[in-house]
Amino acid sequence: MTHATVPRPRETPARRASVFLSTHPRTRLALLLSAPLFWLGIVYIVALVLLLVTAFWSVDSFTGEITQEWTLDNITTVLTGSLYQTVTLRTLGVALAVTLIDVLLALPIAFFMAKVATPRMQRILVIAVLTPLWASYLVKAYAWRSVLSQDGILEWLLAPFGGSTPGYGLPATIITLSYLWLPYVILPIYAGLERVPDSLLEASADLGGRSWPTIRLVVFPLVLPAIIAGTIFSFALSLGDYITVNIVGGANQMLGNLVYTNVGAANNLPLASAIALIPIVIIFGYLFLVRRTGALDNL
Amino acid sequence: MRLSRLSRTTLGIVTGAILLVVYVPLFVVLVNSFSTSTSLTWPPPGFTLEWWGRAFQSAGAMEAVATSVQIAIVATIISLALGTLISLALQRFEFFGREAISLLIILPIALPGIITGIALNNFFRTIMGVPLSIWTVVIAHATFCIVTVFNNVIARLRRQGTNLEEASADLGAGVWTTFRLVTFPQLRSALLAGGLLAFALSFDEIIVTTFTAGSGVTTLPIFILNNMFRPNQAPIVSVIAVVLVLVSIIPIYIAQRLSGSGVERR
Repeated sequence: MTHATVPRPRETPARRASVFLSTHPRTRLALLLSAPLFWLGIVYIVALVLLLVTAFWSVDSFTGEITQEWTLDNITTVLTGSLYQTVTLRTLGVALAVTLIDVLLALPIAFFMAKVATPRMQRILVIAVLTPLWASYLVKAYAWRSVLSQDGILEWLLAPFGGSTPGYGLPATIITLSYLWLPYVILPIYAGLERVPDSLLEASADLGGRSWPTIRLVVFPLVLPAIIAGTIFSFALSLGDYITVNIVGGANQMLGNLVYTNVGAANNLPLASAIALIPIVIIFGYLFLVRRTGALDNL
Repeated sequence: MRLSRLSRTTLGIVTGAILLVVYVPLFVVLVNSFSTSTSLTWPPPGFTLEWWGRAFQSAGAMEAVATSVQIAIVATIISLALGTLISLALQRFEFFGREAISLLIILPIALPGIITGIALNNFFRTIMGVPLSIWTVVIAHATFCIVTVFNNVIARLRRQGTNLEEASADLGAGVWTTFRLVTFPQLRSALLAGGLLAFALSFDEIIVTTFTAGSGVTTLPIFILNNMFRPNQAPIVSVIAVVLVLVSIIPIYIAQRLSGSGVERR
């Protein structure tokens, strides 16, 4: 009677490499990380750092060439110029308003999708939320331009009730940006709510918790990281936007417009970089604040 | 927690109302693509099929679609490879700097597009001396598409654990064999979902694209931006938008079916 044995694998180079890799986890890690880190490091980090460095250079007003000498002029201009302060506050206000509106709209819809809808309904709703993501950003902004215009659908709907369209301006910008980023806020919150086990809600009910205390004391703390993850999208995307405000914002400028004009028409990349530092600092501050909540794992 | 019938109904109505508002502008675009007015007047003075015919004969629009598809495909392939590698590294290993790397991955989409845009523009033109072309767009897009693949793959890896991979190693399979026969098949639907999102992200991107595209490179969003304010082209832009939304429902439906097991409740 013979015992069946697993044949010994042949000693090919590939086999030896595989054995080496399975006994050397650090090498495995290094191989996994090398390509992506090379890409992100070279393409992204180097580019960002050089952009920051450029903010400390200046442009020769005569030749239009960049002078590579250290100067704080651009930073001083941006920090003290009243134009930049006004635009920064306006941009921050718009970004906060958009984020607040999106969270308020996303919470009920995400809750309905995750905890109330039947599985079939849930699938339909996910598609309903995702589909607008595929429509072009520009077309959506342009659609709002026509919705909000003086002879648009909003005026047509509101006129019989004595209302009128807000027209183009900051309110229009806030509406359009909230509309554009809403799916990005709904999806993380929905995913976060999906991860809350129904058994916790049942336990809360068994212990006498009514709907509202359960939502406030059980669901909300568990979903908070996901909510913050959603706000990162709406907040950061609004801070840098300049196309929407061009389309529906009337004459208003946001930080992105100032950066854009300085790169393009004014050809002053150092000043543009200095202006771009404002949203960078704000966003890093925000990411740093929310890091401890675990929001970054929910993106 | 047992929601009362009233609160369930209220939530349902609120959800329905929000979705309605979400679809009204898209509906306006649909109607405008048939409108005889070129200035997006509401209600439309009349209806015509002229724009639909013109859109499909517009060489510029067709070329822009082709350019966008090419860029999105290459950027998606690169981000699939890099995203899978990095999620394996971050999910299967504990090491110093892990947090920093996960921050690095989300940075390209967490920072406003205009910053990524001028940083890359400055990097390509001033620092590297490379002329902007279709490839600079691909590189830029792949950079911010990594995160969508990463999110999907790492979520899958977290859920499936390492038991099957260990069993495979115990049975004598090498590192590569285990990946090919055990890990990869489990990741397949996550890769498809992440890849579709990456494709969508690249296809629709305008800000970074504006700063990294060479003068001859017209992606679909650039084409739309160039044409939307021209009176005779605006309805054609509406036609393109309608087609894009209709076409996109199919891949989203497929992705949804494939990752359906992850969405099932309880």
